[in-house]
Amino acid sequence: MCYSARVSAGPLQNPKAPRHSAWVRVTHWLTVVAFIALLVTGVEIVVSHPRFYWGETGNVTMRPWFTIPIPSSRGSVPTGYGFEMPDQNGWSRYLHFEAAWLLVLTALVYGIYILGSGHLKRNLLPGRADRTWRAYRDVMMRYLRRAPPDAAEAHAYNAVQRAAYVMVIFILFPLVIWTGLALSPGFDSAFPMAVNLLGGRQSARTLHFFVSGFLVLFLVVHVTMIYLAGFRSRMRAMITGRAAHSQERP
Amino acid sequence: MSIISRRRLITTGLAATAGLAGLGVASRVARRYGLIPPDGGGLYGVGETLDYAVQRLLTRRSLAREFSRGMISKTPFANPVAPANELFKGLQPNGFSAWRLAVDGMVAHPGSFSLADLKTMPIRSQITEVVCEEGWSYIAEWIGTPLHEVLKEAGTLPQARYVVYYSIESDWWESIDMADALHPQTLLTLGMNDGDLPVPFGGPLRLRVPRQLGYKSVKYITRLTVTDSMKNFGKGLGSASPEAGYAWYAGI
Repeated sequence: MCYSARVSAGPLQNPKAPRHSAWVRVTHWLTVVAFIALLVTGVEIVVSHPRFYWGETGNVTMRPWFTIPIPSSRGSVPTGYGFEMPDQNGWSRYLHFEAAWLLVLTALVYGIYILGSGHLKRNLLPGRADRTWRAYRDVMMRYLRRAPPDAAEAHAYNAVQRAAYVMVIFILFPLVIWTGLALSPGFDSAFPMAVNLLGGRQSARTLHFFVSGFLVLFLVVHVTMIYLAGFRSRMRAMITGRAAHSQERP
Repeated sequence: MSIISRRRLITTGLAATAGLAGLGVASRVARRYGLIPPDGGGLYGVGETLDYAVQRLLTRRSLAREFSRGMISKTPFANPVAPANELFKGLQPNGFSAWRLAVDGMVAHPGSFSLADLKTMPIRSQITEVVCEEGWSYIAEWIGTPLHEVLKEAGTLPQARYVVYYSIESDWWESIDMADALHPQTLLTLGMNDGDLPVPFGGPLRLRVPRQLGYKSVKYITRLTVTDSMKNFGKGLGSASPEAGYAWYAGI
């Protein structure tokens, strides 16, 4: 199996260095806090109008593109359930935007760090050898066989991990921030293209919902993979920086 | 694990000190330029303050999007409100001819305006979207007197910072800062889609603030108060919304 030979050189070829730098660890956990707050409050906000539209406008007199079959916190929404959920929109909106600031500011720090330190080029962007179907297939086959991670993976991300992280960092997070900002009438007054390019306000809201869904999908896969790779050692690595076996003295 | 080097300790300490000093300076500058919202304290105060301060820096003069006539919603939706009170019902006959808009507080000439008075002032019409914080929206044409015309007539004093506005329904009141109060699209709305403003949509008089969410566009306006501080209004959080758990600044 020559798979491990194709794993690009990580920062931690030196087993004494931490698996994750302090910058990565701190920004990772800040992102976790912000994301959970955004997710919970986002669900609460959707409950006040669980209908989605396409275009500029949409309300209960118009046909929705799709409806989430849950009761609403507003009596004006025809859900067919005959009862209203408690209204949690006030604090949910306050916290949603506060957590969004935490996410954006953390992303700024992280963005500067990965560019300045070379972390992006070294550890995240797939190397030449990783940009082949074969590399992806090999990793997927190993996952499907439930093969234990090989030694190289203690120090470097494999091709599939790199592709997933790059997609989340450079596509999904920027998109969720853009579609979220496009829902602000104040922001749109200064930057109307932010919402017009998305096809209108209701399209932006629907896209915000879908992009959030993809981020939740990533979260589920991510946590599953952590569990399969060894929950304790992976958590230890993201908290203390040390992978289990690199703590042993040579 | 290696011990933390002295150099690292010193640089980290310096960075932390600089960061704290920076925060202190930032909050002082924010206060100086009026970038702290009335509900800028408490658990969600940091987020609310950042929303308000950054939007004020970016959007002080920007105009809400206006739409073409063809985009006007065929079926606008008015959120149901409580049944009208006795005061409202008393004014309803004769096309609200006895409706008055009182203007008081920090103005040179406190007084009141009838709907007919408002109609003799410069009228503006605009096609803008009503955006509810729940997620729904519609577009309509709104016709009315810009708030700044009424404030000019009343003679706003230079220390004015907020305009508080009250509905005929008690406990329904809001406030906006002068950037929104003097904004050309902030409209004391009398008409909608070429007709009188229907009662469900806030008729006879609604203050439309199109750069903020729908709950800032209070229906059935009877009074404006100009002030330099929100401290003595309700719980001092800026409006009835924060008292019910909703943000005072609703540009987001």
